Amino acid sequence: MEVHRHLDEELDGLRDSVLRLGGEAEAALKRAMHALTERDSNAAREVLEHDDAIDELEIEVDRQCVDIFVLRQPAARDLRFVMSVAKMAPVLERIGDHACNIARAVFDLNNEPELKNHVRLREMGEIASSMLEQALDAFTKNDAGAARDVIKRDAEINELYNQIFHELIEMMTKEPATATRDARLLFVAKHLERIGDYVTDICELTVYMAEAAVIKHRH
Amino acid sequence: MSTPTQIIAPKFELSRRAALAQRETKIAVAGLNFYYGRAQALHEITLSIPERMVMAFIGPSGCGKTTFLRTLNRMNDVIPGTRVEGKVLIDNQDVYAPGADVVELRRKVGMVFQKSNPFPKSIFDNVAYGLRINRLTSSKSELADRVEEALTDAALWSEVKDRLKSSALGLSGGQQQRLCIARALAIRPEVILMDEPASALDPMATSKIEELIFDLKRQYTIVIVTHNMQQAARVSDLTAFFLLGKLIEVNATEKMFTAPDEKLTEDYITGRFG
Repeated sequence: MEVHRHLDEELDGLRDSVLRLGGEAEAALKRAMHALTERDSNAAREVLEHDDAIDELEIEVDRQCVDIFVLRQPAARDLRFVMSVAKMAPVLERIGDHACNIARAVFDLNNEPELKNHVRLREMGEIASSMLEQALDAFTKNDAGAARDVIKRDAEINELYNQIFHELIEMMTKEPATATRDARLLFVAKHLERIGDYVTDICELTVYMAEAAVIKHRH
Repeated sequence: MSTPTQIIAPKFELSRRAALAQRETKIAVAGLNFYYGRAQALHEITLSIPERMVMAFIGPSGCGKTTFLRTLNRMNDVIPGTRVEGKVLIDNQDVYAPGADVVELRRKVGMVFQKSNPFPKSIFDNVAYGLRINRLTSSKSELADRVEEALTDAALWSEVKDRLKSSALGLSGGQQQRLCIARALAIRPEVILMDEPASALDPMATSKIEELIFDLKRQYTIVIVTHNMQQAARVSDLTAFFLLGKLIEVNATEKMFTAPDEKLTEDYITGRFG
């Protein structure tokens, strides 16, 4: 039983690491959105400065997964857990990258007058943050039902993205002088839309982990 | 009366890999009970083994997997006080039917044991032994051809072709085990039963046996008992999990090791049993 105790400890350690990574990605996204909506360049700088920590955590999760695969040869639910975490870690790291991209846009946007579309972007960011939080919660509880509910919410983000896209294009047409700012905001909206997709990926992995059901590309 | 295929309709959903290789049933077991005296060692075992596939039996020590393996070619008959109920059909013939030819059964269903057991004879004579006593060849050259064929199929020919007259006892453990496989193959069986064939071998010799199993399944139906779950995962198409004399689950191997249907199986293969 000693060997199994070690495996359980290693699996717990892996769960802790990926949840720390998830927490960092979530914090980066919230901080980037705060920087955008409050025009806070210091917050944007913090997001960028913190990205190395997220990258390091991803590498740490990778190492733990490889060690468990090689040394413990996990099977069944353990295998699905380690597989899911191994695929989830780069997704979380990319969410951190998108937060960085939003933060970089903030530096440029803060040199220009504020645009009204921030209101819709704030809403989009709040949905993305809330989806990520719920996705990590579903993963922690091994709750496939909750993960499926989060996936449904991706439609909200996509809908908002489409609205913002059309509004910004219209503004660019009407006021060509604001085109650069509009384009930056469009990129921000796209980053948030991509984060919604990544959260969906996380939820699909949670469903696989909990039910051994592969639902990606099928909803 | 039900036909064999009706009796043993598989309850598991075949996975992609297994479905691709879906074959006719070679061995069909229905309602099998086995007793050592008054102690019941196997309870109502029902399963089917498709032809030219590898099925692994896994389970903790004493779960009945070896006992069950030995019922398939009536090797338990030699143990006094044992009793069998139920049916074991090979090619739709009940091997326990009154008048069943046990010698023919064991020609058709060869066996390889945990500990290699070469005869204290030359390499050639070990492989030729079954052919000679069963008078399966009509000339010396035919005998030599069949010995070469069996040694080749057992992936041993290139290592021993220059010393066929040497004692088999001079071979390494892994070579001795492959010699025993060659000896079983020489009489051209249709089914090969393997009782932990690599448990006493080092990783290299184990790897050769596993590669051999992979090659042999093109021609033979193979049933292997193993304590090594990674080995079961590597070599088998289907896996059966036994516990306390009961068959808990049969499933395609990849399904068994990623998402077994039964909690008892999951607990066993994740090492959280008991």
